Amino acid sequence: MSAQTSAPTSGRIEARFAALAEEGRAAFIPFIMAADPTVESTLDILKGLPAAGADIIELGVIFSDPMADGPAIQAAGLRAKAGGATVRQTLEIVRQFRTDDDATPIILMGYYNPIYIYGVDAFLADARQAGVDGLIVVDLPPEEDSELCLPALAAGMHFVRLATPTTDDKRLPAVLEHTSGFLYYVSIAGITGTASATQDAIGAAVARLKNHTDLPVAVGFGIKTPEQAAAVAQVADAAVVGSAIVQLIADNLDDNGQPAADLVDTVLDFARALAAGVHGARQQAAE
Amino acid sequence: MTIERPNSYRSGPDGKGHFGIFGGRYVAETLMPLILEVERAYDAAKADPAYQAELDDYLKHYVGRPSPLYFASRLTEHLGGAKIYFKRDELNHTGAHKINNCMGQILLARRMGKKRIIAETGAGQHGVATATVCALFGLDCVVYMGATDIERQAPNVFRMKLLGAEVRPVTSGTATLKDAMNEALRDWVANVDDTYYLIGTVAGPHPYPAMVRDFQKVIGEEVREQMLAAEGRLPDTLVACIGGGSNAIGLFHDFLDEDSIDIIGVEAAGHGIETGEHAASLTGGRPGVLHGNRTFLLQDGDGQILDAHSISAGLDYPGIGPEHSWLHESGRVNYVSVTDAEALEAFQLCSRLEGIIPALEPAHALCHVARIAPELPGDHLLVMNMCGRGDKDVFTVAEALGVQL
Repeated sequence: MSAQTSAPTSGRIEARFAALAEEGRAAFIPFIMAADPTVESTLDILKGLPAAGADIIELGVIFSDPMADGPAIQAAGLRAKAGGATVRQTLEIVRQFRTDDDATPIILMGYYNPIYIYGVDAFLADARQAGVDGLIVVDLPPEEDSELCLPALAAGMHFVRLATPTTDDKRLPAVLEHTSGFLYYVSIAGITGTASATQDAIGAAVARLKNHTDLPVAVGFGIKTPEQAAAVAQVADAAVVGSAIVQLIADNLDDNGQPAADLVDTVLDFARALAAGVHGARQQAAE
Repeated sequence: MTIERPNSYRSGPDGKGHFGIFGGRYVAETLMPLILEVERAYDAAKADPAYQAELDDYLKHYVGRPSPLYFASRLTEHLGGAKIYFKRDELNHTGAHKINNCMGQILLARRMGKKRIIAETGAGQHGVATATVCALFGLDCVVYMGATDIERQAPNVFRMKLLGAEVRPVTSGTATLKDAMNEALRDWVANVDDTYYLIGTVAGPHPYPAMVRDFQKVIGEEVREQMLAAEGRLPDTLVACIGGGSNAIGLFHDFLDEDSIDIIGVEAAGHGIETGEHAASLTGGRPGVLHGNRTFLLQDGDGQILDAHSISAGLDYPGIGPEHSWLHESGRVNYVSVTDAEALEAFQLCSRLEGIIPALEPAHALCHVARIAPELPGDHLLVMNMCGRGDKDVFTVAEALGVQL
């Protein structure tokens, strides 16, 4: 059961998951905050991520009050804000990325207010035109679908819904009704970058979700190492890593908060290790 | 912008928690099941006479309701116009109106079997009231408070600790009320099983704005009865200060459909609206989505929330309850603003003339009373909500006046 969009989507997310299914492997989805700490460093990292093994990329849109985020992503938002990051600039980053890469899906992840203030219709048109494939908006549950979810689907933009450990079977159909592209399972009841769920718990949760949907299920929150990413990839269709990458960015800034010389390489090396964990996971499990 | 006059201003919110376009439930999926559970539990409690009887009993014998309606004769004489009455909610146990709401919610949390209570606080009045009811019922209590506020409200921090609560300093953002609320929401997301979030004002996701209003509207209901007893008729003007807006909606709600009554909410203008350093979301903000509801917010052109400023920690919040946003847009309530300096003057005036040291929050309302009362006739009945006492603010006021304690 997945929502039909009225305008055609970009097709990138569908194509990517179809190719991965063919190869029998899970997707690695890194998250970074747009303009953390600069537009240039973000673009350099973005452009390097597909070659480092990123299958889909989540790009954070800053918001002053990120209620679902832990200290690492809060700090990333503050760094981006200090550099003057805006929604418009985030879309420009995507547009730049798309000049070299027309295949890797880009999902914007953030909160509703900056989009609401931008104007929903204008935002959807500009995001689509910039090359954004989908949205994850943390503070828009199904109860508020008319705000952005339904307009997004009508505009051919995927709206990736979050399911959580508190989403019970009774509520799940409502959560799934208009989700599109894939389903994002938040593996812990908590904020980003804190606790981690066990592989067993994640496996059971994904199995439950799969009883209700044919969409790919990505798992995130609390995945910090290549080993953890590999464990998740054995039981889910994608592993999302955010805070650990963002923290690595924080750890590779100079005293003025500007990118250290090896920032981009360090981040891409880590991404490569995470990707290797994800991509080798099922092979490893089969052996 | 004026919307069409509804049949009643007292029937909101709708089933999804909307007051016009305001309100709603903009929260992470993790919290949605919890919020729906709170709504179900509150609906069941409302329908249960035993719950209301228990609440009434505690309000009478523990909180000290009804609070008096007091004719401020010296202030009336000094201003030389309208007859000024104070609704004395600062005489409640813990010294503010906040306990009305805490009592209602703690009884609800107990019905829901919750063992751990979290709360956010600005001035510390809601934190103290929450810590108080947690002590009363032996429940664990964690209060999130901005580090800036902890500094300027030291007496209340110590009171919370005496009451057995853990006060967790919040250093993110501006380290004030909005950041404390973010942190409380983060705590709730991580402790969904045993924790109840006791929100202190008429904001947050549905059902909180409606529920907190229901617990505060006793203020206005008492005023109606007391004014009829004192003057044989209803008041002509109501004035209350607004941060989140719980004391104001508490006073206003029962009178919203009485068209003849002027209703005025007073926001904090801080250093002045024109300086950008204020907390007047209706006067200086625009609609947006924060902390679970759509309402007027102080924000920049990119939808980033701006820091509020007020000398009063209790008003230092960049948003306002969604019902106030709706009453503002519908034109039923008139919202004005008062600066730090003006509030300080009113604070001193009231202390000297009436022997009542008001909290800095109602000192804002008092300032507006002083503006309008002289222009009104001597038989005009004006009620101001004295929603908190000023003991907590003496250090702040001393500093502002350049007095070394």
